[in-house]
Amino acid sequence: MTIQAAVPTIDETSAKILETARRQVLEDGIGLTQPQLEEILRLPDAALPAALQLAHEVRLKHCGEDVEVEGIISIKTGGCPEDCHFCSQSGLFDSPVRGVWLDIPELVKAAKETAATGATEFCIVAAVRGPDIKLMNQIKFAIDRINEAVDINIACSLGMLTQRQVEQLAEWGVHRYNHNLETARSYFPEVVTTHSYEERLETCNMVKAAGMELCCGALIGMGETLEQRAELAAQLAALEPHEVPLNFLNPRPGTPLENQGIMDGKDALRAIAAFRLAMPRTVLRYAGGRELTLGDLGTREGLLGGINAVIVGNYLTTLGRPATADLNLLVELNMPIKELQKTL
Amino acid sequence: MTAVQTNSTTGVSTSPTSDPAQYCGHCGEPSDGGAGPTSDVHLRCGERLTLEPPRYCAACRRRMKVQVTPLGWTAECSRHGVTVMRMRP
Ligand code: SF4
Ligand SMILES: [Zn+2]
Ligand SMILES: [Zn+2]
Repeated sequence: MTIQAAVPTIDETSAKILETARRQVLEDGIGLTQPQLEEILRLPDAALPAALQLAHEVRLKHCGEDVEVEGIISIKTGGCPEDCHFCSQSGLFDSPVRGVWLDIPELVKAAKETAATGATEFCIVAAVRGPDIKLMNQIKFAIDRINEAVDINIACSLGMLTQRQVEQLAEWGVHRYNHNLETARSYFPEVVTTHSYEERLETCNMVKAAGMELCCGALIGMGETLEQRAELAAQLAALEPHEVPLNFLNPRPGTPLENQGIMDGKDALRAIAAFRLAMPRTVLRYAGGRELTLGDLGTREGLLGGINAVIVGNYLTTLGRPATADLNLLVELNMPIKELQKTL
Repeated sequence: MTAVQTNSTTGVSTSPTSDPAQYCGHCGEPSDGGAGPTSDVHLRCGERLTLEPPRYCAACRRRMKVQVTPLGWTAECSRHGVTVMRMRP
C-alpha cells in the first residue's frame, strides 16, 4: 500500500485563476495585470503551494536556474533629511541610529569579503535625498579603489539624481542603480511627504535612459491594502526594471511605523508569487525583513516560489541570516550562483 | 580605546568594559545586571539583538556609532571603545 502526502484541494475559482496565469505568464510570457494580481493576492491558503509552484516554473522558464547574490553596504548612515516613515535613517525621527560615514579602506575590505561569498554584486548605499559633490567624489574614489582590489559589479543607491549625476555614474562604470518606488502611488503620500512619487519615477527613468540597469524595489507590509500591493506590482512592471528587491517591513524603533505589526508570512509568500507573475523576466531579490516575516522555512518556500536573487549577510542597519545559511540552502536546492560574466 | 572581539554568533555583544552590562544594548534602558538583557522587560530586546547590532553602550548607555557590513558590524562608544563582530565569508 502506498501512502500519499495530503495535497490541498483547490477550489474551482482558484484553479481557474491559476490556469489563466499559467497560459498567460508561463506560456506567453505576459505579466499579469493589476486586477489579476489582486486575485493572486487573495488566493486561499490551500491554493498558495500551487501559486508558488507556478511562480517557480515561470522563474525557471524565463530567468533560468541561476541565483544572483549581492552584498549591500552603507557608505553614509543616518541623518537623512527625508521622512520615509519606515526608515531608521531619517534624521527627522527619534531613532537610535547615529550618523556615520564608512571609510574607504573598510569599504574595499567589505567588497572583498562580499566577493569571497560568490556574490557578483556590491551595492553602495547612502542615506541622502540625493548626492552632493562630496558624496559623488567619495563614490568615484570608492569605485576606483574597489575596481583595483576585486572583481565585482558595483551598484549604487544614492537617492534622487540629476541628469549630470546619472551620466557621471554611468561613465564611472556603475552598472546598476537602485531607486525604489517602495509602495503604490496611491499609498505613497501616507509614507513619504518630503518628496513625491513622480520625483522617484524621474530618477528611475533617467537611470534607464542612460543605459544603467535599474533596480527598483518594493517595501510591503506598511499598512497598504491588497489592492495597493497589486497596484505597486503593476506599477513596477510598467517601469520594466532589471531587478526588483522585495522588502518586508521590519518596524524600526522611533519611526512612525514602529508599531505596525510584522506582515503575515503567507501574505508575504502570496506577494512573492504575485510579483513574479507580474514580472516574469525580472531579477526578483529577497531583501530586508525576510528573516522576521518568513523565517527559515519561508525563505526556502520563496526561493521555490519565484525569487531568484538574494542579499547575502547583513543589510544597512540590521543583520541578515549568516551568509553560509543562504549559500548552503542554494546548494541544497540545486540552484547555481550566477557567475560574474553572465547577465540574468 | 578598548577593542573587544565578541565570539558570539548571535550578535549579542558583551559590555566593552569588564563591568557587568548595566544597560540594554537594544533599548538603552537599565538592564538587571549580568552580561546581557535578561529580564522580561528586555526579553524581546534580546531577540532583536540576534537580528540587529546594539545601539546603546551596555556600560554607559551612550548611543554608539554603528557600522554594518555584509559580514560583520562594529559599534563604537566614545567612552568605552569599539565592539567588533565579524563573521566568516
Ligand atoms: S530617502 Fe532613503 S535614507 Fe532617507 S529617509 Fe528615505 S529611505 Fe531613509
Ligand atoms: Zn531592552
Ligand atoms: Zn560607553
